[in-house]
Amino acid sequence: MLGRTANDLYWLSRYIERAENIARLLEVGYRIVLLPREGESFHEEWRSTLESAGCLQGYVQRHGELMSQNVIDYMLFDTSNPSSIASCLASARRNGRAQRTALTREMWESLNSAWLEFSAIRPATVTSNSLPELLDWVRSRSALYRGALLNTILRNDTYYFSQVGTFIERADSTARILDVKYYHLLPSSEMVGSEKDNYQWAALLRSVSAHRSYRWVFKDHYRPLKIADFMILNRQMPRSLRSCYDELTAALRDLAVFYGIRHDCQTTAEATRDLLLEADMRNIFQSGLHEFVQDFIGRNNKLGNEISAAYHFSD
Amino acid sequence: MNGFGGEVRAPYRALADWLGVQHLDTLRQKSAEAEVLFRRSGITFAVYGAEEAGERLIPFDILPRIIAAEEWRRLELGIEQRVRALNAFLYDIYHRQEILKAGKIPEELITQNSAFLPEMIGVDPPRGVYSHIIGVDLVRTGENDFMVLEDNTRTPSGVSYMLENRETMMHLFPDLFSRNRVRPVENYPDALLKTLESVAPGNLDAEPTIALLTPGVYNSAYFEHSFLADQMGVELVESTDLVVIDGLLRMKTTEGLKRVDVLYRRVDDDFLDPLVFDPTSLLGVPGIFDVYRSGRVTIVNAPGAGIADDKAIYSYIPAIIEFYTGKSPILPNVETYNCREPSSLKYVLEHLAELVVKEVHGSGGYGMLVGPKSTKEQIEAFRAKLIANPTNYIAQPTLALSTCPTLADSSVSARHLDLRPFVLIGDQVRLMPGGLTRVALKKGSLVVNSSQGGGTKDTWVLQE
Repeated sequence: MLGRTANDLYWLSRYIERAENIARLLEVGYRIVLLPREGESFHEEWRSTLESAGCLQGYVQRHGELMSQNVIDYMLFDTSNPSSIASCLASARRNGRAQRTALTREMWESLNSAWLEFSAIRPATVTSNSLPELLDWVRSRSALYRGALLNTILRNDTYYFSQVGTFIERADSTARILDVKYYHLLPSSEMVGSEKDNYQWAALLRSVSAHRSYRWVFKDHYRPLKIADFMILNRQMPRSLRSCYDELTAALRDLAVFYGIRHDCQTTAEATRDLLLEADMRNIFQSGLHEFVQDFIGRNNKLGNEISAAYHFSD
Repeated sequence: MNGFGGEVRAPYRALADWLGVQHLDTLRQKSAEAEVLFRRSGITFAVYGAEEAGERLIPFDILPRIIAAEEWRRLELGIEQRVRALNAFLYDIYHRQEILKAGKIPEELITQNSAFLPEMIGVDPPRGVYSHIIGVDLVRTGENDFMVLEDNTRTPSGVSYMLENRETMMHLFPDLFSRNRVRPVENYPDALLKTLESVAPGNLDAEPTIALLTPGVYNSAYFEHSFLADQMGVELVESTDLVVIDGLLRMKTTEGLKRVDVLYRRVDDDFLDPLVFDPTSLLGVPGIFDVYRSGRVTIVNAPGAGIADDKAIYSYIPAIIEFYTGKSPILPNVETYNCREPSSLKYVLEHLAELVVKEVHGSGGYGMLVGPKSTKEQIEAFRAKLIANPTNYIAQPTLALSTCPTLADSSVSARHLDLRPFVLIGDQVRLMPGGLTRVALKKGSLVVNSSQGGGTKDTWVLQE
């Protein structure tokens, strides 16, 4: 496979995954804004949503003040924002078009029609009433693409590079959500058990589609330690850091077998996976969750660079 | 369909019966479905400029063009004769130039021609083939008269539309296929792969590695490039994926550099190698021409093959066929006046209102005059251009082009069309039964180019 092809497949998966994550974050932000408030503004909530998505700086430069309609517009439609859903779908489609030969017809058609349909939406017609439906649509298109990938692609390097892109992006996203949200939620821990507090913990879990599965696993109330444990170390939870690294190490191992050569990136990924395997949530809390997550994000980025170098993504 | 006498011609009878019982609304609905299918699969041609606005569908007409078995047999013989002669001509012109010595073609028409590459003199391509993939543009001008309008010996395009049009028709009208015995065209990619393999350099220790070189996603034929690479299972490369190291052409893969043996290139000669041709080009590969000359990569079609489809050479093709095959052409040319010849120029200037005048190096229906469809002012303006630079023009009579039923806005009615069959030349000549039918969508128009608003149709060659 061409190095350029591997690079494009990797980024195609990342963009699809990112579009889905942006939709999830927006949904949570939106739900919290709907909460009854006593005098306080919803600025903090939008700020943390933008921060989780890595869009805060760009937004402030463009719009300044935090306004619901502007935030929604910036994250959905603004093509000057490289992480907006419009940008993600356009980039994914551009990569897919350049690698049309590597995709199955189902993959290409789901990608192409997602882009066509989204491009046809006029931002002005998206009211707060129609927003949830649109966000659902984004998630379902992402699921459709991923379903097409899982169901139709050969289990060769095309598949492995796609998997690697998906799970590097997902790991990054889960880590950022956890870091930002947790930071904002901590000050309210003295009011544990209050209605609003529970709602916010649920929202954190909701952003990774885990508010119900948490209960299935723990049969308990939402508790910070358990939520962090669920999102970081739980191997059943498909968006946890541990799950992402299980998938990543598997895909990288498959690549090493496929090409008959092992690179440094395999070792790096396994080291991070082992760290997650052996970690204990109480220790992490004691030495600082924020530091742990920042360290993880750094490792995840480094892994991406090592993969790019090992497989000649851009020579 | 109604031939030139008014009767429904034999190959169209089953279609005519079927059409007779269709509602116009049903046909329109099928037409809309076809458009959705094309749009969804991204079968677009890019127009230079902005990415999103820059993708257009070529209009597709759902009523097929039908060719009877015995008509096709004769076309086959004529096309094979023609492409063998074109390749013999190319070999000769880049070697001993016997045809020039025999005085059959004016020497300066070759040597002064920008499509003639002196760098190719004495180069021996594998199996002596220069033009491996040729699209021959034909028009039917009478009951039994097909004529060659143009040869495309460089990088002919449109074959993906031939395949996708068939795919779409089989999806929309399975019942029509059961009423007509239509020969399949689906094995074109396989035949192309066999052809490419058969012209690999000699003495390879392994199966040849084949790649298709595209200028990139913004090229108007990008869809076709990716489609063909995909169907053949070969890499679709851009110039930045290729590099010449140690006298070999190599591509940059996830496992490092890998040798390429056969390059099906869809970039023009000028852009192939900045060290030899256009030094400003970013679409080519520095050093590739040296690798080619040393016989360590096959370039398809060969550089310099364009001299055979130059419009100034066209009027000599019947002489070329006779010179190399010793027989008269099975498929005639359209009568052509080379304005570089004073007697022809005189005739053309006197008959501008009846003629089609084309630029020698033009393409895509630009820079031409269609006499009968032009105003007096347009004709006079063209006359001035012609007098100023006569060697730049050829002229042909306007032909009584055949027509075929086509779904127009308000009804099914007749539209003019042409046909481009695709022929492959390697260890043998392979011709798909069919081709790309282009149709003028405007009533009475003779211009079928997609860049001028023409559309396409599925082309059916019937089984005997």
